[in-house]
Amino acid sequence: MYNRPRIIPVLLVDDRDLIKTKQFNERTYLGDPVNAVKIFNIKGVDELSILDIGVTKNHKEPDFQLLSDIASEAFMPLSYGGGINNIEQVRKLLAIGYEKVVMNTALFEKPELIREAVRLYGSQSIVASIDAKKTASGYECMIEDGGRKTGVTPVDMAKKALELGVGEIIINSIDNDGMMQGYDIELVRSIADSVDIPVTAIGGAGGIDDLKKVLDEGHAHAAAGGSMFVFYGRLRAVLITAPREEELIKKGIYDSEG
Amino acid sequence: MIGIIDYGLGNLGSIKNMLKVIGEKSVISSDAEELDKCNKLILPGVGSFDAGMSKLNDSKLADYIKTVTEKEKKPILGICLGMQLLGKSSEEGILPGLGLIPFCSKRFQIEDKRLKVPHMGWDIVKIEKDIPLTHNLLDKRQRYYFVHSYHAVCESQENVLMTCDYGYDFAAAVVKDNVMGVQFHPEKSHSFGMALLTNFVEM
Repeated sequence: MYNRPRIIPVLLVDDRDLIKTKQFNERTYLGDPVNAVKIFNIKGVDELSILDIGVTKNHKEPDFQLLSDIASEAFMPLSYGGGINNIEQVRKLLAIGYEKVVMNTALFEKPELIREAVRLYGSQSIVASIDAKKTASGYECMIEDGGRKTGVTPVDMAKKALELGVGEIIINSIDNDGMMQGYDIELVRSIADSVDIPVTAIGGAGGIDDLKKVLDEGHAHAAAGGSMFVFYGRLRAVLITAPREEELIKKGIYDSEG
Repeated sequence: MIGIIDYGLGNLGSIKNMLKVIGEKSVISSDAEELDKCNKLILPGVGSFDAGMSKLNDSKLADYIKTVTEKEKKPILGICLGMQLLGKSSEEGILPGLGLIPFCSKRFQIEDKRLKVPHMGWDIVKIEKDIPLTHNLLDKRQRYYFVHSYHAVCESQENVLMTCDYGYDFAAAVVKDNVMGVQFHPEKSHSFGMALLTNFVEM
């Protein structure tokens, strides 16, 4: 049995710009998303996720032209999230080369859309993304790019997503986003241990040790990150990068292919 | 020229994109006349078995595929659900498959609870046969991207082209003469998938 948990760069896009946030706020402009995708393709990353954080906010359609341009450079599994609110958008995304469609706000606003998408395209095509924020009494799910409270805990949300039929859950820590100080292990584990579908952790990855920790201690099935794939060094110089295959094997994250 | 069969299910754009990088022309079509101008066919597919078969049956593409692969011996490559449709049946549905290769698709029954279904992610394969589709792939470990809950169980070992271990060994690729199928997604498997599709183009 070969074990290779997916390591996934997540690219944030706003109005065709590649950006990175800190705690869903303070942002850094990074350049052209298509260019970054070309580099990740050459590096052979396991999977790539594109999240457009401008679509919901501006009540726009997903930028299908940009998304097609990205897909034509990416020969690895691709997911897209941002502003999905009808089934035609889901169909179009799958047709232009995205395997998975990521839903966040729709989990609350349009659960019937998620059910319909699962029925038509299978649970493996639909991913629920849960944005969690620490509160005095635990964690709370946020929607609309962290802008709106829901009063629901991440664990309850994960269970609801499972019931709607999604095939995977992404758990995102708003507090740890962009900080590069490690994942919120407790949050990730609480989700991974309460559902029987794959859980991808995001929020806080600063390096390869963080990936290892969230897979081992957070029980995540895949580890995603933003900053560690686009910044280099303490001064956060912009550099599109990914851990090398040999490093991941040496750390015991990937099995050797031997 | 490769005809990518469009029956309303599947990752058509990605396959076309990869063929373009390989340097092969392709056309995405549901029209038998147009597909007939192509010297090879790809049957993609994502979704459930009965949804796929009923779309192939309703559009008469099922008859077309059977005719050109059996009589004209046109090479065809099924991908993911497209591979499963080449078989006789599936536990996932009640409709008969195309029946071009004698196998049935069965749901993963894995005892190890840590292994989730669907089998999703990158996995390595063992190549069981040296045919034009695999001939230069044997000397290096090949790794592909999989997403599936059902897998082929061949009636005869001679139709097993590749195997993969997920809880137990299953057929990751099948073959019978000019009819080939892969459970994984070559169009999403970087240089590994590109090498396989290049073989298909060049055979």
